[in-house]
Amino acid sequence: MTDQRSQAEIVRNSLKRRYRKERRFRLYGLLAISIALASLFTLFADIINKGHTGFIKTTITLDVTLDSGMMYLDDPTDEDQRSMADFMAPIIASLQEHFPTADSASDRRALGSLLGTYAASEVRDLLIDNPDLLNTTQTIELPAHDRVSVYVKHADNPRYTIKLSEQQQRWVDELVEKGVIDTSFNDVLFSRGDSREPANAGVLGAIVGSLLTMLVTLIISFPVGIAAAVYLEEFAPQNKITDFIEVNINNLAAVPSIIFGLLGLAVFIGLFGMPRSVPVVGGLVLALMTLPTIIISSRAAIKSVPPSIREAAEGVGASKMQVVLHHVIPLAMPGMLTGSIIGMAQALGETAPLLLIGMVAFIVDIPDGFFSSATVLPVQIYLWASSSEQGFVELASAGIMVLLTFMMSMNALAIWLRKRLERRW
Amino acid sequence: MNTMNSGISAEAENQDEPRAASVAEHKPEDTVIEEGKTVGKPFSDDPKFKLRNVEVFYDQARAIKNISLDIGRNEVIAFIGPSGCGKSTFLRCLNRMNDSIDICRVKGSLALDDHDIYDPKRDVVELRARVGMVFQKPNPFPKSIYDNVAYGPRIHGLANRKSELDDIVENSLRKAGLWEEAKDRLDATATGMSGGQQQRLCIARAIAVSPEVILMDEPCSALDPIATARVEELIAEMSESYTIVIVTHSMQQAARVSHRTAYFHLGHLVEVNETNKVFTSPQHELTESYITGRFG
Repeated sequence: MTDQRSQAEIVRNSLKRRYRKERRFRLYGLLAISIALASLFTLFADIINKGHTGFIKTTITLDVTLDSGMMYLDDPTDEDQRSMADFMAPIIASLQEHFPTADSASDRRALGSLLGTYAASEVRDLLIDNPDLLNTTQTIELPAHDRVSVYVKHADNPRYTIKLSEQQQRWVDELVEKGVIDTSFNDVLFSRGDSREPANAGVLGAIVGSLLTMLVTLIISFPVGIAAAVYLEEFAPQNKITDFIEVNINNLAAVPSIIFGLLGLAVFIGLFGMPRSVPVVGGLVLALMTLPTIIISSRAAIKSVPPSIREAAEGVGASKMQVVLHHVIPLAMPGMLTGSIIGMAQALGETAPLLLIGMVAFIVDIPDGFFSSATVLPVQIYLWASSSEQGFVELASAGIMVLLTFMMSMNALAIWLRKRLERRW
Repeated sequence: MNTMNSGISAEAENQDEPRAASVAEHKPEDTVIEEGKTVGKPFSDDPKFKLRNVEVFYDQARAIKNISLDIGRNEVIAFIGPSGCGKSTFLRCLNRMNDSIDICRVKGSLALDDHDIYDPKRDVVELRARVGMVFQKPNPFPKSIYDNVAYGPRIHGLANRKSELDDIVENSLRKAGLWEEAKDRLDATATGMSGGQQQRLCIARAIAVSPEVILMDEPCSALDPIATARVEELIAEMSESYTIVIVTHSMQQAARVSHRTAYFHLGHLVEVNETNKVFTSPQHELTESYITGRFG
């Protein structure tokens, strides 16, 4: 009896120690999660803080009299005349109406530099589309110059340098007060390709490029990855060759992505003579990079199909092929899809291999096919982040936000698909 | 060696036979088993299966040691024996379920209706259509009840029209005693049913391809007593039209459902006889020890 009591005491004492240990262990876990969450939060806060202004554009709205004499233009449909015409003149004239005292040549130049380089071409495009507007007065919304934009959005921000003269700053202040200079949602960002001018640069080209590239990657890596996984898991004989292949697939998953870029450069462009900077080559390279991830996760998914289901199917006389097609693949599909989507999300954020195959070029046009020059979101971000104009800094952050949105949607899709397909259990 | 499986020990304890103290000086597990020597009645006049000198190896390990046995037409035969004695392995030879295990080799002659089961030219799919199987754990496909039963007929092309398939499904579910419970929810997923219903569904699925033989590997070990009773009833009904081989750990079950009982020990087939003879007057010392619960 006493023996028992003392034993109970020992147990009780050890319990205290065990609980302490457990509490400490849980605390470590909590700490780890807090650190991860804090880092993530800081990252997001920083990006949003820097980048939210990228979603805002600065415009100058003017009543422009499209005077044919001022522009040296009688017929907007005549290309020769257009190339000689001065579309800037009516805009500056309209600005001068706000500041009648500024009429020297240097003042006129200073006024004109408030507008973006593409202001003149906006007027030209308007006249090409509607030649009848010649000699009428139109209210036109024109992009402000990057310097004006920085001044309007970041006058108080020490990270930005204001590059307007005192005179220009006074003008801008006045125009803002009058409502001529205004800020609004930056629809240019989602409707244009890249540009030398931040006010005119958009991510649409990069988004389309990314989508085309991802499509190629998906079409190649998903079926090939799943076929490889199914073969290795279900049909391959257990021997040295299979082991060798297995080891190499695992190794491939760890190969730095830039190596795949070199491979793409050497094989697809060098050997097969495919064009540079095109989504097809980018997609092929990323498909090679994604394959190991898809194969590994698909094999894990196939392995997790309970053997009892295989036996059940074999028991009623299903052939190996039928067991795999009717039971194993459908049951492993959620896992395969999740793995593939995560692989695709990785590929979406990949920059290094694409730099090597020339997808880093400055491309203004929005790609219209798999063989037209394109760039992708992460490369576009890289390009903007490394450019010197101040306006591109916020655009880069805005681009990061767009990229993150895409990735989060893909991950959400993966979770949704898994949940949906798993309900069949 | 011979540690008691908890399930068996519980059953053994329940048996009212007195424990023979007189054999204490001679331990039953010391008995030398003569290889290939089976006492009782291993052969049958009208055999469905003719199994001669069967040996099974897992790599080098010999799991089945020179077993010869006949399984009669429309007979219910029960395989009993301690865990790891090879009864499941032997059962799985009968429809070549061991094929998928790479290291498993089968020797000897195994014939179904005088045709060699392990003939390399023999199509295993056709064999399994004739020799159905029900497993230890209910393993319905994660599909609808209808699709579970219809799966076999579909892959074998047994029905040309939807109505024929409907008939097969209904008949199979009726034979498995599941029709009344399932007829209103044929489209519901099978995994939502109770364990006993799932096991009967698995039986219906096996019946649906109209096999001649049904192999059952401990079909009731995951079921409660009521579901067990239902399955046993079913076995009795089915014995009229099918040959049934059942592996069981429950000696009462063997006694209730089978015509003949085979006792396996360490890969040997020790004794085969009519079930009542095995349980009332076992001829071999090991059989007696086992059924009286001296070891499990």
